[in-house]
Amino acid sequence: MSIKKISKEQPENFEFTSKNLETANKIIKKYPKGKQQSAIMALLYLVQSQNDNWIPLTAMKYVAKFLDMSYIKVYEVATFYSMYNLSPVGKHFIQICTTTPCMIRGAYKLVEACKEKISPNEKQLSKDKTCSWMEVECLGACVNAPMIQINNDYYEDLDKEKTLKIIDQILNGENPKPGSYRGRLNSEPENNRKTLMDIKNA
Amino acid sequence: MLKLKINNKDVEVEEGLTVLQACEYAGVEIPKFCYHEKLSIAGNCRMCLVEIEKSPKPIASCATPAVEGMNIKTNTSFVEKARKGVMEFLLANHPLDCPVCDQGGECDLQDQSMLYGIDKSRYKENKRAVPEKNMGPLIKTIMTRCIHCTRCIRFATEVAGVPELGAIGRGEDMQITTYLEKSMQSELSANVIDLCPVGALTSKPYVFEARPWELKKTETIDVMDAVGSNIRVDTYGWEVKRVLPKINEDINGEWISDKTRYACDGLLNQRLDSPFINRKGKFTKCSWKEAFELIKSKVKSTEPDKICGISGDLVNMETLYIFKEFFNKHLNSKNLEFRNDYIYINPEKRENYLFNSSINGIEESDFIFLIGTNPKFEATILNARIRKAYLKNKTKIISLTDVGDLTYPYTKLDGKTDIIKEIINDQHSISSIIKEAKKPLIIFGQSSLSLKSSKYIFESIKTYLIKNKKISENWNSLNIISDNASTIGNLDLGFYQTIDGANQVLENLKNHKYDLVYLLGQDSLEFNKQNEFIIYQGSHGDKGAQIADLILPGAAYTEQNGYFTNLEGKLQKAYKASYPPGESKEDWLIINELTQIINEKKIFKNKEELESSMLNYLNLYKEKNFKKTNSEKINLEFFSEKILIKDKDYYYSNPIARASKTMFYCKNEKINLKSTGTEG
Amino acid sequence: MLKDKDRIFKNLYNDMGSDVTSSIARGDWSDTKNLCEKGRDWIINEIKISELRGRGGAGFPTGLKWSFAPKEIGTKPHYLVINADESEPGTCKDRDILRFEPHKLIEGCLITSYAVNAHICYIYIRGEYFNEGKKLQEAIDEAYKKNLIGKNASGTGWDFDIYIHYGAGAYICGEETALLESLEGKKGQPRLKPPFPALIGLYGCPTIINNVETIAVIPTILKKGGKWFASLGKPKNTGTKIFCISGNVNNPCNVEEEMGIPLKNLIETHAGGVVGGWENLKAVIPGGSSMPLLPKKICDTITMDFDSLIKEKSGLGTAGIVVINKDQDIIKCMARIARFYKHESCGQCTPCREGSGWMWRMLERMSKGEASIDEVDMLMDVTKQIENHTICAFGEGSAWPVQGLLRHFKKEIKKRNNFSPIIDQGKNIPYLVDQHLLDKENA
Ligand SMILES: Cc1cc2nc3c(=O)[nH]c(=O)nc-3n(C[C@H](O)[C@H](O)[C@H](O)COP(=O)(O)O)c2cc1C
Ligand code: SF4
Ligand code: FES
Repeated sequence: MSIKKISKEQPENFEFTSKNLETANKIIKKYPKGKQQSAIMALLYLVQSQNDNWIPLTAMKYVAKFLDMSYIKVYEVATFYSMYNLSPVGKHFIQICTTTPCMIRGAYKLVEACKEKISPNEKQLSKDKTCSWMEVECLGACVNAPMIQINNDYYEDLDKEKTLKIIDQILNGENPKPGSYRGRLNSEPENNRKTLMDIKNA
Repeated sequence: MLKLKINNKDVEVEEGLTVLQACEYAGVEIPKFCYHEKLSIAGNCRMCLVEIEKSPKPIASCATPAVEGMNIKTNTSFVEKARKGVMEFLLANHPLDCPVCDQGGECDLQDQSMLYGIDKSRYKENKRAVPEKNMGPLIKTIMTRCIHCTRCIRFATEVAGVPELGAIGRGEDMQITTYLEKSMQSELSANVIDLCPVGALTSKPYVFEARPWELKKTETIDVMDAVGSNIRVDTYGWEVKRVLPKINEDINGEWISDKTRYACDGLLNQRLDSPFINRKGKFTKCSWKEAFELIKSKVKSTEPDKICGISGDLVNMETLYIFKEFFNKHLNSKNLEFRNDYIYINPEKRENYLFNSSINGIEESDFIFLIGTNPKFEATILNARIRKAYLKNKTKIISLTDVGDLTYPYTKLDGKTDIIKEIINDQHSISSIIKEAKKPLIIFGQSSLSLKSSKYIFESIKTYLIKNKKISENWNSLNIISDNASTIGNLDLGFYQTIDGANQVLENLKNHKYDLVYLLGQDSLEFNKQNEFIIYQGSHGDKGAQIADLILPGAAYTEQNGYFTNLEGKLQKAYKASYPPGESKEDWLIINELTQIINEKKIFKNKEELESSMLNYLNLYKEKNFKKTNSEKINLEFFSEKILIKDKDYYYSNPIARASKTMFYCKNEKINLKSTGTEG
Repeated sequence: MLKDKDRIFKNLYNDMGSDVTSSIARGDWSDTKNLCEKGRDWIINEIKISELRGRGGAGFPTGLKWSFAPKEIGTKPHYLVINADESEPGTCKDRDILRFEPHKLIEGCLITSYAVNAHICYIYIRGEYFNEGKKLQEAIDEAYKKNLIGKNASGTGWDFDIYIHYGAGAYICGEETALLESLEGKKGQPRLKPPFPALIGLYGCPTIINNVETIAVIPTILKKGGKWFASLGKPKNTGTKIFCISGNVNNPCNVEEEMGIPLKNLIETHAGGVVGGWENLKAVIPGGSSMPLLPKKICDTITMDFDSLIKEKSGLGTAGIVVINKDQDIIKCMARIARFYKHESCGQCTPCREGSGWMWRMLERMSKGEASIDEVDMLMDVTKQIENHTICAFGEGSAWPVQGLLRHFKKEIKKRNNFSPIIDQGKNIPYLVDQHLLDKENA
């Protein structure tokens, strides 16, 4: 994992909205007194959700002060975990799992689809700046390979055509339904299920 | 005690050691990079692997506790193979730039690779390049060389108390950096250079200056503050190239402050290299003989009580002693003083001006009360000890004044002297804390001793401590942080004229009662000269020389042997590492020769005689039966006032530091940080 | 094939819904109070009888692990931490438990916490499982509402709270001590062991860490009896297990089966067989990417349990089965796995940090035929230099798959990379190649 690029353009200020402030204080309460640092990961998500899916530097400082941590510790955390974006990503952020189980079922075909529809390079914004894509490591849905994650949702059992269609829908402002695109029930063996049939048929 | 076997030899070691410590105790050396005895254990370099019977894997000895009956092997081929493997990984992405690396010759990686390295690289991929980081004017970074041992991070967080260094990213792309690459806000920052086992963090001012084997190394004492840190001075010819810490567990441990380390380039600038006479506002060179003759004529034409001598901050004790002999016996003058301000002193007893609990004692204390001091600047190393005490025992710390960040949490009071009054009258919560504490530390700084109520503050607290048995045989909680290397020496040798702590010589001087003023390395005097004839003896063309009529060029602390007493009262000898430049001479010699001109007789035959005479004097002084302190009420006048910490120019506190370019950069860096708002 | 009545996860595919009502209808939350009232020793003993081994990868006996927790609460509170970081390539079983059987997990958490004296349980879910976490949170809220957990949980007299903590994309946080670091708000870098978390874990307090599946099977084991669980599978490899079958099979799926089921049987019965037929099988990764692959010959007969797989120098791991058929380039497949490990190394310790990238780059070249023949042995050497020398088991996890490849497909690699610029094999010219480091048995 290469060091994350920090966006050149940075907002001057960051502050939680009052609603997020409330959420943040609630999150801190999950942890014992004096261990508020545990909330850092959740708070960085909160920043990300408030700030178009990326974390500006001032927000890191803000969170550091909020949790009484040193800046560098927040910076370490923000650069260590792959899900924190330190520069803008699209409103629709597409992550394609290309680890071996997905790869052998054609994940790189999905990459092609993204290259065609969104941008030629990963982490590059689409022309209208609403979309970007990147390759990621195993997303933990291997029996539904190949698959992609768009923001919080998993789209499974894909191929290139289906991916192109999903991206089109997204670009058109529609909300394609997450889940299997071969019409099976979650992770059951398609057309071949031999277990728990009485429950299925009940 | 634990019984173990190390390489088939039976050994007994203390309990609580790690396998690595046990091995070193038994004289078996273990290669290591991340382990450092003063830092927490990281166990990440994996170089210290050893074999332990019954363990299928080699284990990291630095991180494994030694247990009874362990059978440790360090010399098997199993171990060697493991270490060679780790070494190969360390070298895989390490650049082969030893010829242009300042660490060369004192690099752990270089040394270890002689033992565990392979003669050829098998790594055929491209090597990793890591961008350099800005870490300020002292630390040069070549991060491609970094082996990710994290010693620097641990030092910054644990010892220096500035969690500003970190490792960002992960895996092979992990990088050591400060937050947004700003310089480290610590007066101890440059110690990471010594800690870095490779050439990733090297000394910026010393870059490409010399190879370690070309340097002459002299172990000596630092004079940048009153702590008396033990140092090693490395010289190349006359030039002092660098200053490094020397381990002394009782004083500085393994660290030195940035000022101690980097003011040394001030030794090369602004030096006085010949006697000068001020003729109508213009300094002209003259010979020593001319200079001495001029002094002789002045002395002969001046009444003894019209002569005064004021000594300075960096003067060694031999010089002070011979100067005192010169004044008392040859000029018949008693007008000697070292204070350039109106600091209160009570030299009745030696404990009245020492840091009595000792620096090591700090770690035992259970309560620390700071009165008018910012130890971070006044005694950086001592402050690091306070931090250590805090980390070790969660020691409670209160400061009468808010002095900003001290690298540990403390309670801040409003600085009013009224609090002192309440404490001694048992009306303040601190009173009971002091009483209940087994080993309290009450620390006075200079700022608390230059007030109208200084006498009140000092004496009443002292009486209070005596009353509550906090000054006793076992524990003396009374502590003073003196600010200069020669303060205690001056006091021990009696360089003061005082009634009730006042500074009479300075008073007279300011009232122009003296005709002949001899400044012995005194560079901090604020004085409006009128008709006085001023002699300045010292090493640098600084404030003292500016107002002088006659300049006698002396030697700096690295250019002559000489004793200093640190703030705890420890007598330590500084050794000559270089020699005085040009015509300048060792300071004691100047006085001795001057006396010969004036009175046709040297004071001492040679340096040895001077030394033994002085040591004799000191011994008698220390054994002297001091007056019993009156515990009955002395008449003390109370003033309600606020103790403010005098804003001392930390990087510019003495003539050597003022002549140092590096100190100038440090000062600027601080100002810049403030003005750009990239605060903390 | 395992009988349906012996399946623990009846809602594995969400035929019935995961809400509390349907979960209760399936038998969850029945008897919880009674089970707890039988006492801590009884619970731990019953789990010991069941011979349940951790489902997170290492297969450590669960009852034994629990018995390491201090018997009484001392000055420090105890914690239970559930490892739902599931990031091992080939594994996606915990995901289905989180979203379809959350009440099994929550009930298991309560019973386990009771057994190890913990009042608080944190569930560490990988950040990408946002929707799964939401599902679980809904279930937790339901459980609070019904007073199944919370103050006097399920009437046991035990106060018990559950909190979810999201990760943020770091495989290493599945390693239990890295998980604790992450939970404490730091980078997920594994801790040195000893001390072990059972005594010094989260916030320095005694902490028991278990996988989602391990804990989710606890209530059923206690309800049906440890003996019942032990009667399934093989001795020391008992019970049922969710297998994730992915890759080149006709019907990739998750399925709960008996431990010790033959691999071939498993693939053919549930996953519709290998694409192109069994004869088209090249290799199988039997337990998530960290476990060395097995060539077809071994796959013909191997049974899926901890000990049989160890005998073949592999492991059951997480039971994430990745089937690779002959249409795939096996070297490329493993190079991609090496890239995964390079990407996920925490960077703390030397062998893992420097070695994982090295292995990946070499494999990448080998897949293109750009390596020289001596490098094949050197690659083995590099894996050996990582293995056993690191702080955590990630080192082995990254080295083993490469070793597996070299063990079974060396010929194929050598055929593609037959370029030997320097020496003829076998000639000992020490100044040309550093042969003194080469492992003799591989040379
Ligand atoms: C690199 C690495 C990654 C791991 N990832 C996971 C994981 O994602 N989920 C999990 O449950 N255990 C994982 N483990 C295993 C855990 O360290 C630990 O053994 C397990 O959570 C214990 O639970 P169990 O006894 O119930 O199996 C991982 C271990 C290593 C070394
Ligand atoms: S810079 Fe030096 S001390 Fe710091 S981590 Fe790197 S190698 Fe270690
Ligand atoms: S991540 Fe465990 S050794 Fe590197």
